[in-house]
This record gives sequence, structure tokens and C-alpha cells, in this order.
Amino acid sequence: MRTFYLTLKYLIITLWSLFVIAPFLWALSTSFKDFNSVTGGATYIPWLQFEPSLEGWKVLVRSPAKGGVDIIEPYFNSIFVTCTASLISVILGTLAAYALSRFKFKAGFIKNNDITFFFISQRIMPPIVLSIPFFLMLGFLGLLDNLFGLILVYIVLLMPIAVWIMVDFFNKVPQEIDETALIDGCNPYQAFFKVVVPNSIPGLIVAGLFCIIFGWIDFFFAFILTFTEVQLLPVKIVALNSSVTPWWSLSASALVSVAPLIVVAFIVERYLSKGNLSGALK
Amino acid sequence: MKLVTDNLTFKPEKEYFLNKVSLEFEAGKLYTLLGRTLSGKTSLLKTIAGLQPIDTGNIIFEEKDFSSIPVWKRNVAMVYQQFINYPHLNVFDNIAFPLKQRKMKTSDIENEVSVAIHKVGLLGFEKRKIQELSGGQQQRVALARSLVKKAKILLLDEPLVNLDYKLREDLRNEFKNIITSDLSANSILLYASTDPLEAMQLNGDIIVLDEGEILQSGTAKDVFENPTNIKVSEITNDPAMNILKGSIDSNKIILNENVQFKIPKHVKNIQAGTYHFGIRASDMILDDKGFDFNIDIAEISGSETFLHLHQNVLNIVLLIEEVRNFNENDKVKINFNLEKLYVFDGKGDLLFSPFKMN
Repeated sequence: MRTFYLTLKYLIITLWSLFVIAPFLWALSTSFKDFNSVTGGATYIPWLQFEPSLEGWKVLVRSPAKGGVDIIEPYFNSIFVTCTASLISVILGTLAAYALSRFKFKAGFIKNNDITFFFISQRIMPPIVLSIPFFLMLGFLGLLDNLFGLILVYIVLLMPIAVWIMVDFFNKVPQEIDETALIDGCNPYQAFFKVVVPNSIPGLIVAGLFCIIFGWIDFFFAFILTFTEVQLLPVKIVALNSSVTPWWSLSASALVSVAPLIVVAFIVERYLSKGNLSGALK
Repeated sequence: MKLVTDNLTFKPEKEYFLNKVSLEFEAGKLYTLLGRTLSGKTSLLKTIAGLQPIDTGNIIFEEKDFSSIPVWKRNVAMVYQQFINYPHLNVFDNIAFPLKQRKMKTSDIENEVSVAIHKVGLLGFEKRKIQELSGGQQQRVALARSLVKKAKILLLDEPLVNLDYKLREDLRNEFKNIITSDLSANSILLYASTDPLEAMQLNGDIIVLDEGEILQSGTAKDVFENPTNIKVSEITNDPAMNILKGSIDSNKIILNENVQFKIPKHVKNIQAGTYHFGIRASDMILDDKGFDFNIDIAEISGSETFLHLHQNVLNIVLLIEEVRNFNENDKVKINFNLEKLYVFDGKGDLLFSPFKMN
């Protein structure tokens, strides 16, 4: 009976893993195909079923003059915009969240919870509602088609996530820890940086991760607020499409674009499973 | 050196956290704040530490206004009921934290910390993470961190209440020895507790608090012997003193038609009328010539047995200093040690005590 359950367990795990990994494998295999092997029926294994070609990958790094689509610059643009916006969002969001968690604010009927909700409400609105105001504002500032304009917009989008996660995190950190730091001779800033922040690293990492994911996958604002000067990766990938869908280069660029997230996920998973991050506070 | 709280009042919403608290604390003495949960003990400690605002009142320390000094410059130490340490630091760094904050020399810090670690019995645990310690050990770290500062005011907020029973008993004596041996002529020690037994064992001055108000303050002996009213008697006795409503006739105390006895000697010149009579659970005995009572519950606690008894509407808790088995609904005969009878008036204020009243 025990063997039966064990078999069942591994069967389910295997099926689920296939379900998750299959699209990646498929994309990987497709990225080495050319026009003929894509249209020549369902084939999966290179060399055995089709002759692999590096064309799909080469297109990504070839300059447009030679008929390629150079994704290297958009790639680094995306990394720069996502990381900068996430970093600023986490820093500002953490400060805001600490204030919202520890101090009582009151302006008429507006209290802490209302302010927290105000932050989150930025994410509740459909992005299309924000697109025209953002377009006009960036136009006014002369930041359309500009990396710093995008960073500003992404901070608006990402900071609510950081605030949301960190308010929840700080609410679980006993206030007595801050108080003890004050009693032990820290002024409020020292208490925050010497005691609260070092104990909030798990929360900071989770908040940063979410910001990076949501910043990295954004297509909509990157599409609306940039034209020719700067481009971000998601927009460039879509631009690959032409009258004949280039499945091979689309697959290659898809893999390239999820790669950083997979790397980040593995690093964080390592830390989390080591217990270095969880359980610092109980 | 003196710490004076003058008319401290704090009422953030409907209920008083502190209600006109005026006290004087002298150096070299131990004060126990005794009261139930939410009675204002923690509020008072936090106010002295500077962590909680007040509506009105003053705190004066060494003849200077304390209220304008921020927490981090007050040189107080506090141990919380929860085991509060810095989870990101190991035991040594936790205890060294307040000293590093003062920019003390590294060699001095090492000396001071090792003395404190020795004192609280955590030798060999210096490099341990806080999460790897038991609750009792975590509280030892917190105590060491507060001792190492040599603060002029040491505040202990129910430091043992979150520990399990056995550990609490063990640590109580040890903590008492540590803090009293450290209590020098220039420090004041305040210990908050809900446990009357703990307060009596600490044997300092007791301040009884309820709903933010001081009900009584005095030596442990004084508060135990002469509780000023029924409420104090409830807070300072465990099990609570039996309070029985009854009346006094020309020469008899009448609790009900069956339970009547003559007025004991220490109750003098009392007028006829209704009163509350107080008698401790330990001041009654099983006696074949006594009054009939039914057993509701019999519980054995350690080496003692508590009997919850009733006769009509008269409910009594009686303590027997031995382990004996009783069945529920059995009948027992009990008698009162009348020399230990307290008499409170209709409002609940103490009229007569078996001990000398001031």
C-alpha cells in the first residue's frame, strides 16, 4: 500500500513537472529550427527529427542593417529600468510602510488603513486608465521615449507592491523590538537602520522580487511611452513578428527574456530553503 | 536620587491607561507593581521609559523634568514580558548592543558582557543565535542586556509570565537574586506582576494598580495584612479572598440562616447592618463541629487541595495543606478561623482587619 502511494506521489509530481517544463523544452527545440522544420510537421528532437539551425538566435544579435533585430540594447535597457525602479520602489516603499506600521496618522476621516489602501488602489485601476495621464505628464516633462520617464512610471506601479508587502511584514515585527532599540540608546533613525532593517531582510527580498517580476514583464507602458529612441525587451520581442511569423527567433527571445527571472528564482529559493531568511523573527 | 511621578494621566480613548498616578520611588529599593492585565502596569513602565505619551502630569528624576528627555537619552533599562532581543545578532552582540551604542571601548565591552553573561548563567552560549535558545534563555539574554547598561532605572514588565510553570519557579528566585544583588544605592527597580505570590516573594514595596489607578501602596506585609478594600484583597490574594455578604446583629455575624457565629474580638464597636466579610482560603478548616457545605469541585494543586464549596447561595473556596481526595457533591463540615476575619463596609472599604491597622 505504501509503495502504491509513493508511486502515485511521484507520478503526480512527474506529470506536473512535465506540464511546467514542456513549454520551455518546446520553445528551446523550436528556437533551433528554421522555416522548413517548423512547417514540416510536429518534430521535437534535433538531429534526429530535424536539422538544428542557429538562425533563430543569430537574428537576435544581428544589426538591423543586416536584416536582424538587435535585442541587446533593449535587453540592457529592460534590466536597467527594472532594477532601478525596483530598488527605488523598495527603498521608498519600505520607509512608507514602516511609517504606516508604526505611527498613527489622522487627517479628518483618513487614517493609516486608508493611506495604505490609497497605495494599493494604484494597482486596482486598469492600466489603460493611467496610460493617457502618464503619456501627457511625461510629454509635459519631456520624458517620453526616455529611460528615466519609464523609471518614474514604473516606480508608480511598483511602489504599491513594496508598500503592501512591507506593511504586512512590519506589522508582524513586534513593536517592542523598536522600543528596546530606543531604550538601548538608539535614536529613531538608528533603531530603524540598525535593528528593524537587518531583521526585515526576508521581507525586503520578497518585495524586491515582486517588483522585479512585475517590472520585467510589463509590456503595456513600455509600448505606449516609448517610440524609437529607447525600447524595452517585451516591446522588441513583439516587434520581431512580421508577415511570416518567425517562430524560431520568437522562441529564442522568449527564453532569453525569462532567463533572468529563473536565475533570480533559483538564488532566492536557495536562501529560503536554507532557512537563512525565514524564521528570523518569531 | 529620587523618581517622582506626579499626577500622571493618560486616557487615549474611553478607558484610563493611567489615572492620577502620583508615586515616589527611592534609589536602592525594589517596587512591585501588582495588578491584573490591563491595569496600567505596562503603561506606567512605558511612561517612565518615555515610550508612551501622557495627557497630564510630570515625571521628575534627580530633581529634573524627565518628560523632555527622549527615550534614548534616559538611561533606563527594560525587560519585556515577551522575549524581546535582536534576532539578527548572537547572544554576545545582543548584550553588547547598548554598550556599542554608547561607543564604549571594545575591551571594556568584552569585560562587561562577560560579567553579565556569567551573572545570568549563559556561559558558553555567546555565539548562539537567539532563535536557538529556549524561552528562559532568551529572557536571560534580555536581562543581561538590561543589567549591562547599569541603568539608573530598571523596569521589568512581567519578565517570567510567558515561561512554563516549573521554569518560572526556578527563575523567579534566580532573577530575584540577580536583580537585588545588582540593585545598588543609585538604581531604582520596578517590577510589574500579576501574581500576588511573586510580589510577596520579591518582598519590596507593593503598588496595587487597577484601571490605571493606584489602589494601595505599601510594604508587602502591609498590603497583605491590611488590604484597603475588597478590590485590593482580590488582586493581592491567590486564591482570591472569600468575600461573603452578611449582616451583623446585636452580637452575631449572620452569613445565612445556617451559618452564624459570634463577633470575634478584633471587631469592636460595630453597628448592626450589612457588611462584607473576608476570609482567606487558608483560614478555614475542616471541623466535625462546623457548618455543612457541599463540594462543587475538589482540585489538587501541588501539595495542596482546593475545595470549592457552597451552601445555598454562599460560595467558598477552602485550602487544605495536604492532598486528599474528595468526591463532588459530598458534604463536609468546615469552620472559620474567626481571628482572621476581615470586615469591609457596604462600599467595600476595610473596616476591621485581624492585623494591626495603621
